Amino acid sequence: MSDAQLTDLPATFDPALPYELHPQVEIRPEPFGALLYSFKTRRLSFLKDPVLVTVVRGLADHASASAACRAADIEEPARLEQFQRALATLASTETIRERST
Amino acid sequence: MTAAIKPPAVLPLVEHFALGLDAPICLTWELTYACNLACAHCLSSSGRRDPRELSTAEAKAVIDELERMQVFYVNIGGGEPTVRSDFWELVDYATAHKVGVKFSTNGVKISSAVAERLAGSDYVDVQISLDGATAEVNDYVRGVGSYDTAIRAMENLAAAGFAGFKISVVCTRQNIGQLDEFKAIADKYRAQLRLTRLRPSGRGADVWDELHLLPGQQRELYDWLVLNGENVLTGDSFFHLAAFGDSLPGLNLCGAGRVVCLIDPVGDVYACPFAIHESFLAGNVRSPGGFQTVWRDSKLFAELRKPQSGGACSSCSAYDSCRGGCMAAKFFTGLPLDGPDPECVKGYGEIALSKVTPGLSPKPSLDHSHKATLANAPVMLTLDRKPPSRDCNEDPVAGLRVEALA
Repeated sequence: MSDAQLTDLPATFDPALPYELHPQVEIRPEPFGALLYSFKTRRLSFLKDPVLVTVVRGLADHASASAACRAADIEEPARLEQFQRALATLASTETIRERST
Repeated sequence: MTAAIKPPAVLPLVEHFALGLDAPICLTWELTYACNLACAHCLSSSGRRDPRELSTAEAKAVIDELERMQVFYVNIGGGEPTVRSDFWELVDYATAHKVGVKFSTNGVKISSAVAERLAGSDYVDVQISLDGATAEVNDYVRGVGSYDTAIRAMENLAAAGFAGFKISVVCTRQNIGQLDEFKAIADKYRAQLRLTRLRPSGRGADVWDELHLLPGQQRELYDWLVLNGENVLTGDSFFHLAAFGDSLPGLNLCGAGRVVCLIDPVGDVYACPFAIHESFLAGNVRSPGGFQTVWRDSKLFAELRKPQSGGACSSCSAYDSCRGGCMAAKFFTGLPLDGPDPECVKGYGEIALSKVTPGLSPKPSLDHSHKATLANAPVMLTLDRKPPSRDCNEDPVAGLRVEALA
């Protein structure tokens, strides 16, 4: 919705680092993927790919963001790059965050 | 002819939304019809509390359901929601159950102590209504003193460090020249400006002819939004203006009964906040199965989620942009729902309106307006609530509708 807020944060995302869903973000499954809401930024976003939903949910269980992608069978380089770009966007909007291990 | 074999197309998000989701994305919940003001354009005809309003326990049960359905936030309004004695209790209950709250207020209860408390919560957002960038323009529609009340609330919020609260403006013929001034007020208080469309709903129907934007002003608003739209919220109000050219930010879709709805103070569920009329009533949260059953199974919502035809608009080149405009705006101006919006930027709305018999457009089913005129009530140019059916017809039963003959 256009009432979602825009936050401009520097996008620093490194697929080699461990990530997790931001604790103030909730996921609601939908036929098209998922609806995400951040109670921190009050931003609503939509994940339009069910596989991306799996990856986001799995981030906390893997040693790195790219490992989470591989666990969801994202191997093909172009597709992997696409997923990493999506994750970078999610990091820049505080939907996911770097995890301290 | 060779047919290329394509993978199944992924349905665009907006098409998913048009077909409805299992739960609303967000919803508007009007907690009370009581209000300390008597705004001329109030879309819920508020003023007096309704004795049937949901009790604290019933309201909490609705919040429990919203939590189960994962409705992440509600837009609480009224009436003036903060005059409910259990208002803060309900806000706390909602946020403790992962239902975020944005509430709309005229600012009457936003003292510095309340502002401090609000600034401390991530889960509560505040929206102050302001319909003029000057007292003169604001108070004309909202009543004497309402500008000062709103500004005081903003000062309190800013002083408490509540950045990013919303200033919500209903765009009217009188304030459309003040858009830059509204933006300056928002910047001054570190707030975010939100512009919405005037609807001919509730008492808004009585003043629509006097307040709604003139065609040139619609263009002015569109151009301003194209320039400033990134940092200005619109609640997806202006998708009918998309027919001017590029779409404005947002879904550009009527979400009524598909991704949004309204719960009114007595628990009635309507398709949208601008459609408080029995024609758009889907059910009541007090009925067995509660809100979830109304949302998922009501006949009205099932109807709204069917693919819509453009009706009279389907041959228009702009239909894909504006999708025929706002259902409520059409309904309360007496236009057919599958025809043009009354403010159609191509001018088809005006043509359609010229064929509507004055005084016969549907009236709101409910009216909670103050019975006695408030001392500070706005005095509008439009004096009579029901115009005579013909220009010179003063017969007291003129325009009386006899259904059997209709």
